[in-house]
Amino acid sequence: MGVAVSLDLERQRAEAWAAAADVCDPEVPVLTIADLGVLRDVRIENGRVEAVITPTYSGCPAMNLIALNVEVALEEAGFTDVKVTTVLSPAWTTDWMSEEGKQKLAAFGIAPPKGKAGRRALFGEEVVACPRCGSADTQKVSEFGSTACKAHWRCRACAEPFDYFKCI
Amino acid sequence: MSETPLFLVTLRLADDALILGHRLSEWCGHAPVLEEELALANLGLDLIGQARSLYTYAGEIEGRGRDEDRLAYLRRENEYRNALLVEQPNGDFAVTMVRQLIYSAFMHPFHRAMAASKDATLAGVAAKAEKEMAYHVRHSAEWVIRLGDGTEESHRRAQDALNALWPYAGELFEVDAPMRAAIEAGFVPDPESLRATFDATLAEVLAEATLTLPKLGSFQSGGRAGRHTEHMGFLLAQLQYMQRTYPNAAW
Repeated sequence: MGVAVSLDLERQRAEAWAAAADVCDPEVPVLTIADLGVLRDVRIENGRVEAVITPTYSGCPAMNLIALNVEVALEEAGFTDVKVTTVLSPAWTTDWMSEEGKQKLAAFGIAPPKGKAGRRALFGEEVVACPRCGSADTQKVSEFGSTACKAHWRCRACAEPFDYFKCI
Repeated sequence: MSETPLFLVTLRLADDALILGHRLSEWCGHAPVLEEELALANLGLDLIGQARSLYTYAGEIEGRGRDEDRLAYLRRENEYRNALLVEQPNGDFAVTMVRQLIYSAFMHPFHRAMAASKDATLAGVAAKAEKEMAYHVRHSAEWVIRLGDGTEESHRRAQDALNALWPYAGELFEVDAPMRAAIEAGFVPDPESLRATFDATLAEVLAEATLTLPKLGSFQSGGRAGRHTEHMGFLLAQLQYMQRTYPNAAW
């Protein structure tokens, strides 16, 4: 009996995770919150489902919508008692982005974060490959792009501008 | 009872971030180029995000039911505890960038140290903010160098900005009784322990920018006790307008 109950709970948890994990980032719609590493945990206690999410940046304006969409996704999956909790710690890093997520970004035309997050404050340059033509002959236009998580770059080989998902 | 050291230091950090974030938001639609428009809005958004977490936490510590909006919008001028530096007007672009450099060169090592705070919430806010402050330092440093080591006119303006704002840098290092208590409890780092890093960042950037620090005997202070410069009232009139006109309006 006990085994059956825990198996049932495990199955429910997997279903709840799958539902929450399917929610997309409203600003980068090719990525799910699981690809991004924004979805940290889904747990079930006394019949209540709690999804735990973390913001990419302190001021990320997408967080409210993500929380709402997770709630809706869980309710659509048949869970009635649902709660979404936002945590700040441990701090989100691009190191949590899945390999699949990076490939989806590149296919969408956004250069994925390159390498490991560092703690550099002053100076130094990165080399970022153009997501369209693959050339490394690229140039940063501005560290700040269309959203907090992206920088604005251009390719000198194919002359196209592109977004780079910053490494933090 | 409500003004515990933990509440006060949290509120001060929140006020610094909100007021500077608000100043940066004033550039929306006025920045010199589109890229800079986005950059200033991005920096401001980071700061307002940090402020939201800190206000929410300050309200919880206080335990009187004040949420982030009530703390941000519904206090009187003398209840804001931000440093005077962050309320200084945007001035020209050089003033904005020098102000940003002084603040972020201090807050970057501050957040790095506070990430090890004995208070788990402050540690969590700091671990995120440290990453953000790193590129705030980088962005403002690059501009200060470009302006200082630029044309005669840009150099003059950058040096004027530094002369005008440097008297407000000392307040960042000020330690009064509640701050001392918060340091001793392990909630926040002792600013004195950050001075070498702050000085080194400024020295490196200003040397490259061909700018010189004015010699000062004393610095401006008062913000931590709620005594503000004449600019603060005007800033709050704009910041609080919606909440004062439509009380309890929510998004």
